[in-house]
Amino acid sequence: MKKELTIFDNPKNVKRLRMGFFVALVMLLIAESFVEMHGYFSVEHFYGFYAVYGFISYVLLIFAAKVLRKIIMRKEDYYDH
Amino acid sequence: MIINMPPPALVFILGAVLIPFIRGKAKAVYMLAIPVVVFITLLNLPMGNAWIVEFWGYELIMGRVDKLSLVFAYVFTIMAFLGVLFALHVKDNLQHVSGLVYVGSTLGVVLAGDFLSLYLFWEIMAVASTFLIIASRTRASREAGFRYILVHLIGGLFLLAGIVLYIQKTGTIAFDYIGLTGVESYLIFIGIALNAAAIPLHAWLPDAYPMGTPTSTVFLSAFTTKSAVYLLIRTFPGADILLVIGALMVSLPIFYAVLENDIRRVLSYSLMNQVGFMLVGIGIGTELALNGAVAHAFCHIIYKALLFMAAGSVLQMTGKIKCTEIGGLYKTMPLTCLFCMVGAASISAFPLFSGFVSKSMIISASGHEQIFLIWLVLQFASTGVVDHAGIKVPFFTFFGHDSGIRAKEPPLNMLLAMGIAAALCVGLGVFYQPLYNLLPFPVHYEPYTGAHVIGQLQLLMFGALAFTLLILSGYYVPEVRSRNLDADWTYRKFGRFAYKIADRGLNALNRVSERILMRIIKGIVSFFKTMAANLALFVSVNVWLVLGYRGKRLELKKARLYDDIFQGTLPIGIGAAVTITFVLLMYVLT
Repeated sequence: MKKELTIFDNPKNVKRLRMGFFVALVMLLIAESFVEMHGYFSVEHFYGFYAVYGFISYVLLIFAAKVLRKIIMRKEDYYDH
Repeated sequence: MIINMPPPALVFILGAVLIPFIRGKAKAVYMLAIPVVVFITLLNLPMGNAWIVEFWGYELIMGRVDKLSLVFAYVFTIMAFLGVLFALHVKDNLQHVSGLVYVGSTLGVVLAGDFLSLYLFWEIMAVASTFLIIASRTRASREAGFRYILVHLIGGLFLLAGIVLYIQKTGTIAFDYIGLTGVESYLIFIGIALNAAAIPLHAWLPDAYPMGTPTSTVFLSAFTTKSAVYLLIRTFPGADILLVIGALMVSLPIFYAVLENDIRRVLSYSLMNQVGFMLVGIGIGTELALNGAVAHAFCHIIYKALLFMAAGSVLQMTGKIKCTEIGGLYKTMPLTCLFCMVGAASISAFPLFSGFVSKSMIISASGHEQIFLIWLVLQFASTGVVDHAGIKVPFFTFFGHDSGIRAKEPPLNMLLAMGIAAALCVGLGVFYQPLYNLLPFPVHYEPYTGAHVIGQLQLLMFGALAFTLLILSGYYVPEVRSRNLDADWTYRKFGRFAYKIADRGLNALNRVSERILMRIIKGIVSFFKTMAANLALFVSVNVWLVLGYRGKRLELKKARLYDDIFQGTLPIGIGAAVTITFVLLMYVLT
């Protein structure tokens, strides 16, 4: 049998990864207070603008795509003769 | 020494012709040597015009060498090396030959200083890339290839018409900045924009690119669209319409990429989205924005090829490439997975990866010019990239649900090509100064400021947070086997429908005139086809004889070629028609 990686089969490892991810998010928000956000537009001066904008964009994208799917989705063999 | 070298385009094209006659290890060395030789030639080229040829009283410039054309020539040659290395194990000579002819014609386009040599290489590019699409030799790929070449020949005719009017107006075939001013400029613009997959002339790209073989799609991803980007930078910088097209291109394809099931089609939509960033940069038109467009093209060619290589490796080793059929492949393909994630981080513009140092120039340029709406759209699109290319592609391929497939890593040459591409992605992201030095304008830009790094990381990571929450709560778009309608519907379904209506309604009225017209058209078509078929047969039979085909196998090959040409599955007939039309036009107008 050839060797296999199974690192993510262990729920503990997935949990660790997720915790690391959440810690990184919090640190990013804290880090913003140490740098001067010299932006091109006034919105950039709101604390956490990029975090909020990234999150909202992503959610909107997914929900809009779900609506779009209702309009454009056909069966896989739609174009076959 | 350099002056005595043939132009890079011809080194590739003539070099490609010899490939079928070389065997074994010598063949591998020979194919890898071609891009290396060209790269050394490029490094030693003096600025200015080289390889000037007199032709019918016109001056063909096969080597316009300046900073803009050089940086594109460099990256195309690097890409050629990676593509050849990745495909080194492939036995099919058709793919090797058409791949290198494709690269050569692209270099011809990039280095062309006049419209005639540009058009010549432009058409070779279209035909050579078609062979890469039909190389998988399935019915679906043949049909997609046929649609592809038709669309590109129509685009080529727009370009040709524009060129003819341009030459008539200006009296010269040389070109540089054109700008959208008259009919001829719009025709040229349409011809180039089609190759850049500009919306709404884009449908050929997600239609055809996923049809290639695991290795040929890697070639396809690099050359056609980015040579069009190069031409737009040269001829139409600052055209406002590019802002609109670019904004549409960065945003619309990401919705399709979210929905699409076929990983290579996801990457095709993602390719459009990335070209959209470049078009926005060209539309802004400032030095910073144009530098950004060039830098982004450079980085994008490498990381997009890397992503297509990872997808190609998966396809080759598992025979599957749909999200619904794969998953959990990291267990037995950890290296491919790692390389794919480097590509994903680069396209997502993570700090320390190549996309970060190039895309941010374009976004900053939009901020610098205070175009708020475009700036917002670009930031939105950046989050969209994180979703489909940064997370979806690696997640559903290598993690996600375990498909139970236990495929091995791909052969060494494929791993090497991915490894080099991944190293370049990190290298460009960390040591970006050499790239900045190659850009057409002097660079006064620092990508790694505290504010920029923190802002970008927040954008990306909180996007990823949204993904995590949506997946955990089950709200993420489920993977479904499906076909999503795009603009190609107009010519794949509606076109057929409209034809039927017209056929029934109008036929009665002008049956007579149509019969005459049809007879003439049929005559012309069969003339070109017979001519092309005979020419192709003559050339091919000799080649096959040399290659050792005899008796029944030769007969079979002959019959297949003849069928292909007459059923229109090979683009030769049309290519010949276009070439002859062009020559006729030359005579009529001069």
